[in-house]
Amino acid sequence: MVFQYPMITIQACLDGILLGVLFALIAYGMALQWGVMNIINIAQGDLVILGGYIAYFMYLFGIHPAWGVIVSPFIMYFVGIGIYKLVINKVVDRDLFISILATFGISILFMQLMNFAFGADVVLANSGYGTTFLFDSNVVLPNSKIFSAFISILFAICLVIYMKKSKLGRAIRATAQNARAAKILGVDTEKVYAATFGINAALCGVAGALISITFTIHPYMGLPYTIRSFMIVIVAGLGNLPGVAMSGMGLGVFEEFADYILGTEFRIGSVFLLLVLILVYRRFKLSRKREYLK
Amino acid sequence: MINKNSILYIGILIFGIAAPFLFPAFKVQLSILCVLIVLATTWNIQGGEMGYNSFGNILFYGLGMYLCASVQVGMFFPLAEWTESGGEKTFVHTPTQFFQGMAVGLLVAAVVPTIVAGLIGYSILGLRGHYFAICTLGLGVAAGEISGGIEIIGAGQGFTTPPFPNVGGLEARGEFFYFCSFFALVIAFITIRAIYSTRFKLILNAIRDNEDKAEAMGIETMKYKIIGWMVSAFFCGLAGGIMGGLVGYIDSTDVAFDGREMGVFMVLMAILGGKGTLWGPIIGATVFHIFKEGFWTFFLGWQYVALGVLIVVIVIYFPEGIMGWLREKYPERFGEVVDEADRKAQVELK
Repeated sequence: MVFQYPMITIQACLDGILLGVLFALIAYGMALQWGVMNIINIAQGDLVILGGYIAYFMYLFGIHPAWGVIVSPFIMYFVGIGIYKLVINKVVDRDLFISILATFGISILFMQLMNFAFGADVVLANSGYGTTFLFDSNVVLPNSKIFSAFISILFAICLVIYMKKSKLGRAIRATAQNARAAKILGVDTEKVYAATFGINAALCGVAGALISITFTIHPYMGLPYTIRSFMIVIVAGLGNLPGVAMSGMGLGVFEEFADYILGTEFRIGSVFLLLVLILVYRRFKLSRKREYLK
Repeated sequence: MINKNSILYIGILIFGIAAPFLFPAFKVQLSILCVLIVLATTWNIQGGEMGYNSFGNILFYGLGMYLCASVQVGMFFPLAEWTESGGEKTFVHTPTQFFQGMAVGLLVAAVVPTIVAGLIGYSILGLRGHYFAICTLGLGVAAGEISGGIEIIGAGQGFTTPPFPNVGGLEARGEFFYFCSFFALVIAFITIRAIYSTRFKLILNAIRDNEDKAEAMGIETMKYKIIGWMVSAFFCGLAGGIMGGLVGYIDSTDVAFDGREMGVFMVLMAILGGKGTLWGPIIGATVFHIFKEGFWTFFLGWQYVALGVLIVVIVIYFPEGIMGWLREKYPERFGEVVDEADRKAQVELK
């Protein structure tokens, strides 16, 4: 099918790449907090969806949803700091399983609160950007997808520069390398952790606002985003930004093809199955050297 | 010789047999409680004793549920037509057919997940720590999503299990399922108690404490990990089969592979009671079930919010569980020798 219908292949690849950039943005946030705080945040996807609802509400009140890209990270930053102060700071130094379970609890809580607040309907914010037609209108690309990919790349670049140049960025990187040494040298690690979680939530907010423009959002759709970002991080490794971008795009293309070949009802299932397969593959690869994923 | 323990066990056994007649209004709740205890205690085998925190035991539970119902229908009627009619009473099981089907179905529901666990165990159990946790979480959700796309077991519209035959009415149905689940509980308890008194438990604990060193001591850790998981899978499948008949309706993501509810519940119950103890998961499951029913009754609509808060609170403030708390408070009861002066010194240091 890949060669029989080249137009569908091109369509799927382009769609996948544009989608994958978004995934990479979420995964970058996950890699950040995983690297700095050693926490796997199962509620990551729910933060994304919450960010999406902020943009959607702006759309309902007549503001163009693209402004959500600026507003939603601001709000989400404070939501992230709130979650950190309430829950995460109590699990930072503990067993990883504790943090997984605690964030799972947050995830269930958010899911249900969003369900109450916004209703269980599938919604999207219409940006009215129109579509681009390529190859004699055989390949259809909504402009909103191109816009969202562009904005994601912009935010990622800004963040990289910020992490390299600013004082807080240096403190975050120092804490990630060795929290204890950073503390001795006068870095307030508690503040750094809070800021990291806030930045992660803000990134989720950007991604969510873009998702609400390009795709649809629904209160229960969070977990697949968490799993996708987890998958991207374990394929790329922590602190490997080009790797995150590449594997994000790869995942996007995989999903589009799974959608075409297996059918939409198996799309989410195939993502989760791919996660299992990747983990098992890595386990066998490492076990030859008598090592294991840790 | 009759010691204190055997009196306790006989007392519990008599209470268990008498319970449905003493509290006839709570029969269904009691059977669910038995199933929950089975799930929590068997999760504890690899979660608590082996240190492999699995979110994926729901896979075996859901598998058992679907298998039991499919076998029960498929033995006598064409399965595809049954699910297509969506539980319309085109086919009716006679009592003999129902009980035969249930017996064979439960057997299949217990055995097949065990085999599945054995087959995938070698690949999955090579992962450690949080990779194992996330991988099993993925397995459970993937199974739910995929089974929701398979036509023959009802796909998205669900699968109605055979209704209880018309013998003795509603009372008999409740008693039948109660004794099924109570029987499963008794077998599970005896098996686990037997396991915990052998070298096998010590090996599992060694794997939890330091797997590399256990391997260096010459223990084939992989073999024991797989066996431990298979024991869990056996009872999860059995519990799933019983629960499917009890609920009467199977939906892929809301009943069978319900990672959001049952999959987390079993972890939570074991943690609430105290991981790595024999009685912890049993106490945890009982307390949790009472709490949960309270939530579902008094906070209807807000139950998941309450559940989310409960998870966070339990995990942050009671990671040792009820048994851990008791152990800290009354160490003498657990056979630990306490040096009073040393303990006071430690308390003062804190």
